[in-house]
Amino acid sequence: MTIPVDTGPGIAAFAGTADTEQGDSLWRGAFRRLRRNPAAIIGAVIVLAFVTVALLAPLLAPYRAASTQWADQVTPTTVPGPSPGHLLGLDRYGSDLYTQLLYGARQSLIVGVVATLIGLVAGLALGILAGGLGRAADTVVMRFVDIMLSIPGLLLAVSVVAILGQNQVSVMIAIGTAQVPIFARLLRGSMLSQSKSDYVLAATSLGLRRRTIVLGHVLPNSLGPTIVQATLNLATAIIEVAALSFLGLGDPDPAVAEWGRMLVAAQDRFSQSPQLAFYPGFAIALSALGFTLLGEGLREALDPRQRR
Amino acid sequence: MKDFARLSTPGSADDDMTELLQGPGGADRGLEMPDEDVLLSVRDLRVVFGARGRKPVTAVDEVSFDVRRGEHVGLVGESGSGKSVTSLAVMGLLPKRGVRVDGRVLFAGDDLLQASDNRLRDVRGKDIAMVFQDPMTSLNPVVPVGRQITEVIHRHHDVSRSEAVDRAVQLLRRVSIPDAPRRIKEYPHQLSGGMRQRVLIAMALANEPRLLIADEPTTALDVTIQAQILEILKEVVAESGTALIMITHDLGVVAGLCDSVHVMYSGRIVESARRRDLFGRPRHPYTGGLLNSIPRMDTPRGQALEPIPGSPTDLLPWDEGCAFAPRCTNRVDECTESPPALVVNGSRELRCYNPLDASDREAVAR
Repeated sequence: MTIPVDTGPGIAAFAGTADTEQGDSLWRGAFRRLRRNPAAIIGAVIVLAFVTVALLAPLLAPYRAASTQWADQVTPTTVPGPSPGHLLGLDRYGSDLYTQLLYGARQSLIVGVVATLIGLVAGLALGILAGGLGRAADTVVMRFVDIMLSIPGLLLAVSVVAILGQNQVSVMIAIGTAQVPIFARLLRGSMLSQSKSDYVLAATSLGLRRRTIVLGHVLPNSLGPTIVQATLNLATAIIEVAALSFLGLGDPDPAVAEWGRMLVAAQDRFSQSPQLAFYPGFAIALSALGFTLLGEGLREALDPRQRR
Repeated sequence: MKDFARLSTPGSADDDMTELLQGPGGADRGLEMPDEDVLLSVRDLRVVFGARGRKPVTAVDEVSFDVRRGEHVGLVGESGSGKSVTSLAVMGLLPKRGVRVDGRVLFAGDDLLQASDNRLRDVRGKDIAMVFQDPMTSLNPVVPVGRQITEVIHRHHDVSRSEAVDRAVQLLRRVSIPDAPRRIKEYPHQLSGGMRQRVLIAMALANEPRLLIADEPTTALDVTIQAQILEILKEVVAESGTALIMITHDLGVVAGLCDSVHVMYSGRIVESARRRDLFGRPRHPYTGGLLNSIPRMDTPRGQALEPIPGSPTDLLPWDEGCAFAPRCTNRVDECTESPPALVVNGSRELRCYNPLDASDREAVAR
């Protein structure tokens, strides 16, 4: 159906003088700023390396995971260090340390990502309820979130594992639960500040329904900080996975290589073989650093106030 | 009428027109509104902002005016004069907490101040639409402009997706955005300020509202773009027969556009007149001052413009006399004793004890 539209000579005259000024896409601009930030680049490289190692662990590792075939070389007083066959030496159970580290990355990534996703989804749901449904819902949800926040994250995670039983899924849920209040608060806050913006007023003035405005306008504009926070939370999640394992609440399957448990195993050999603690500790710190640098870089790149 | 229907889908246009001509329950309406021609009638509007524990501030008081069908009304005043608050009150867009709105806002016989939220949402966008001051922030940055327009169409009309897109393209063409089919896929940041304001005008006109409120639509734009936007606004409202409330601090904008003008100062209307009368014979010293402070073609070169001395104050403006008295050149003793009432004289309304005389015009001009 076409309806002829006569724009009239007065308006047509302006068509020629159309403004040509063009901006940059929000995300493309952010990406450009990200590339200029050396810390973010370092973070991105670490994250990329970490993810590659995690995904390709079976290809990169020289041996099968959790193979303890060199257990006879481990004596009560010595754990063999680097040798031609073992780049980083053996661990105290007689597995190749390098292989264990690579598989540990895989485990950290899977648990960290799934846990953060659980936290993100639940946090977003609560945040939308609080930020979009009005004051009563806001009060109820946020008091609930405050209660969750008042419990230290690791303690909350420990309690959840204690309730759900000790297995990989409950570790993921536990770490995710500890992240829920962070995401919920963040999303609610940015939704509330977005609700006061001009485009929401303009949309309201055109009669759009609240649901449309909240889900179609306010939410998409509020997601940025939450996504950035998810990157930062991955770092926390990786540390918490290790912490839970260290406390003996991690995945109980001994065949699964896990950085936190490697630290536990290194504990009683620390004086003779500090490398046993150093490598997994370094791996945890490095991967957490990578996600933190990348997350901070993303936050700066997306934050309009810090644009240079 | 023909122009009005031009862009609508046939069915909805007919509905709109029938409603426009007869109205739902036309007889009842007559009782409340003697003048069938009046589309919007604001009566004794009063808006008080009061945060808990602080002294309430009266932003708008004793504001009454009518907008007839197709009429262009100017609401003029400087920052803080209450013109934007008036428009937000008409739309029911003021926050509910901490704001008290009294008076009546009759739109086609309905008191919008008493209307339910749902009723207001139906009126907004369909019957009354608004264009805001800052086009840079009034569009959602993460949604393509086309979708922002079709969303508004879908809200008030049951049309298919492709029909809505067609209509969005037509609307963009109507506000002379070149290459409209491509533009609807773009994001606001890809458009310049002038283009964005045109998009916002297109959105406001998407459902052929009977009244368009433009709140300083050109203030945030470059001077060269301002003229374009005004021209476009003028053409589209003329084409569709939409009534217009133009809110501005710029009498120059009003001069080329409005049939009647209300000048506001510190929350009250101080002078209302037909455009010609107001510009030809301003009676209120404030209006006179405003006119003197804009450059004119016949002002001799090198002659300084005459600013109004002082700046508006919000300390008890109307309680103990005329709020403009401290800045007024025509001040008499009465001005600081009691607030002047609005005196109606034919098509003119004036709130002043010592108005400028008709023969004084030349003196004021100098």
